[in-house]
Amino acid sequence: MDFVSGSEVMARGAIRAGCRAFFGYPITPSSEIMALMAEELPKVNGVFMQMEDEIAASAAAIGASWAGAKSMTATSGPGFSLMQENIGMATMLEIPLVIVDVQRVGPSTGIPTMGAQQDLMQSIWGRHGDQLTVVLSPSSFDELFTMTVRAFNLAEELRIPLILLTDGHMVTLRSLADLRHPVDVTNRKHLTKDEASLPFRPNGSLVPGFPRMGEELNVLFDTLVHNERGYPTANSKKARRLLKRLREKVEASIDRVWDCEQSGPQDSDTLVVSYGSSAISARYAVNLALAEGDSVSLLVMKSLWPLNERELSRVFEGRKRVIVVEQALGQLAWLVRPYVEKGSKLIESTSIGRPPDPFRLLKLIRGGA
Amino acid sequence: MRRNIRADRLPTIWCTGCGNGVVLSAFLRAVEELGMEMDKIAVVSGIGCSGRIGGYIKGDSIHVAHGRALPVALGAKLARPDMTIVAFMGDGDAFSIGGNHLLHAARRNDDVKAIVVNNLIFGMTGGQISPTTPPEAMDRGLMEGKAAKELDGSVLCALLGASYVARWPNLDFLELKDSIKVALTTKGFALVEALSQCPVQFGKYTVRDSLGLMKWIKEKTIGIDEAKRDGDTHGKILTGEFAKPGEGVNPKLRDLILR
Repeated sequence: MDFVSGSEVMARGAIRAGCRAFFGYPITPSSEIMALMAEELPKVNGVFMQMEDEIAASAAAIGASWAGAKSMTATSGPGFSLMQENIGMATMLEIPLVIVDVQRVGPSTGIPTMGAQQDLMQSIWGRHGDQLTVVLSPSSFDELFTMTVRAFNLAEELRIPLILLTDGHMVTLRSLADLRHPVDVTNRKHLTKDEASLPFRPNGSLVPGFPRMGEELNVLFDTLVHNERGYPTANSKKARRLLKRLREKVEASIDRVWDCEQSGPQDSDTLVVSYGSSAISARYAVNLALAEGDSVSLLVMKSLWPLNERELSRVFEGRKRVIVVEQALGQLAWLVRPYVEKGSKLIESTSIGRPPDPFRLLKLIRGGA
Repeated sequence: MRRNIRADRLPTIWCTGCGNGVVLSAFLRAVEELGMEMDKIAVVSGIGCSGRIGGYIKGDSIHVAHGRALPVALGAKLARPDMTIVAFMGDGDAFSIGGNHLLHAARRNDDVKAIVVNNLIFGMTGGQISPTTPPEAMDRGLMEGKAAKELDGSVLCALLGASYVARWPNLDFLELKDSIKVALTTKGFALVEALSQCPVQFGKYTVRDSLGLMKWIKEKTIGIDEAKRDGDTHGKILTGEFAKPGEGVNPKLRDLILR
């Protein structure tokens, strides 16, 4: 066991998942991840570079992944805004990439040193055009490691820019962590010579194989809408086919992407919903309530997008009070509102700039204000 | 040369008389004369008419977002140091939206090869002013009566420490091709800027026929040796080699610019 920071746990997780390229730009509170990657990557023959801005950092990560390296970048609020352009680019090019957003108080420069959860909607909807990608969020110290590995695995498997959404509170935690336990690593499936004439027509799945560079496969990656040959097209049927496949490849894997934690009785009237660092407080408050004999249950969402609608409907069924605990003005609440049953009450517990107070949450669970 | 073209994509989308074909041809001839194989070269291209060049080259190619060709190229180079990475950009890509990336690529001397097709205007979007548009070709409606000074990205890159920088009008085809050959075999950041003709959008303000416009552009330029002899660029666009591997900035350029 090592006594380490949350940033270090993520950096070590990335290296263990096979990350061999990191590009970043200094920004609080994500800079520590960059500093650690600068230290760790050379030890495994990986490449690191601090770029001129976050646009360049995300672009270079895309370039490295195009050339075959598992790539990553990490940033916070303002930098995450700048990266939206290239997250959309990676979606269109089907280039695997992990983008860590260490959320801080916004909008704009906000409070750089204080963690927040205000980028949830931007993680999901930040890009122009129809697009769907996976958003994961660790809600415990150990998960900073395991979920970073999982993020790389899913990004490589689905050929997507995956957003790993954490926050300033999570990465500045310090605790004991096991950074050596075995991990399962997924590597990208490669395009064969036979498939190279139609490199964007997946063979028996929704995700085409990835061409290795320098092997005469001659694949054109195009940010323009392209046909299965990879060539640009303005044909509406072909555009529809591409956009649908880009969406469906993520939707079809929902059972593997979906990740949540449930505790407490399934038939309790009160359900507490949370994610990320807020979930640590929520978990504590629910455990206190349960220990004192209250009937309450907890849902911690570890995958935030796309949603597993069937599962959410099942969890929300029969709940009279749903308490949403987050460090934002109703973003997680907006996400789960459609699952709150008619006539039931949705209570928003918001804290800005600090994690929620579990004792205040306990009062809320018991019907107080 | 034909083996390095995606023949199934011809004809190109470019207008008759467009200079992109000249630059593509110079690149393909350079590759051929050097005896390089396309499986050792990967091509990144930006957005605009010139951004389509990569899509006609048979090899590993990627058509990225506007202005981002250089950082994508750098990422690829670092992950695959055995490959030669070439970035095709227009003047919008290299000098406007991607200007910051260009300056840093030159200052760090990133090991990527940039070929800028500078047609002195935003062609694909309809002829708006770019950072290199000369006052006589400015759309009056868009410039609000103010003549801003043109940005000389190539000279900047030479002064910032790029290994190799050269600029030629498309009419000087052999010099252009030879400079691309030097760029492809130079370690560090190499930039070759082609002053290219856009008879449709740039032509509507100047000269509408392609060859006439190529001559017009050539007449707007002055070779670095001639300028040095005169001690003045006479307000013309400098052409020639501005920085060379092992030699650094051309001393004539230094004298002309920093005098």
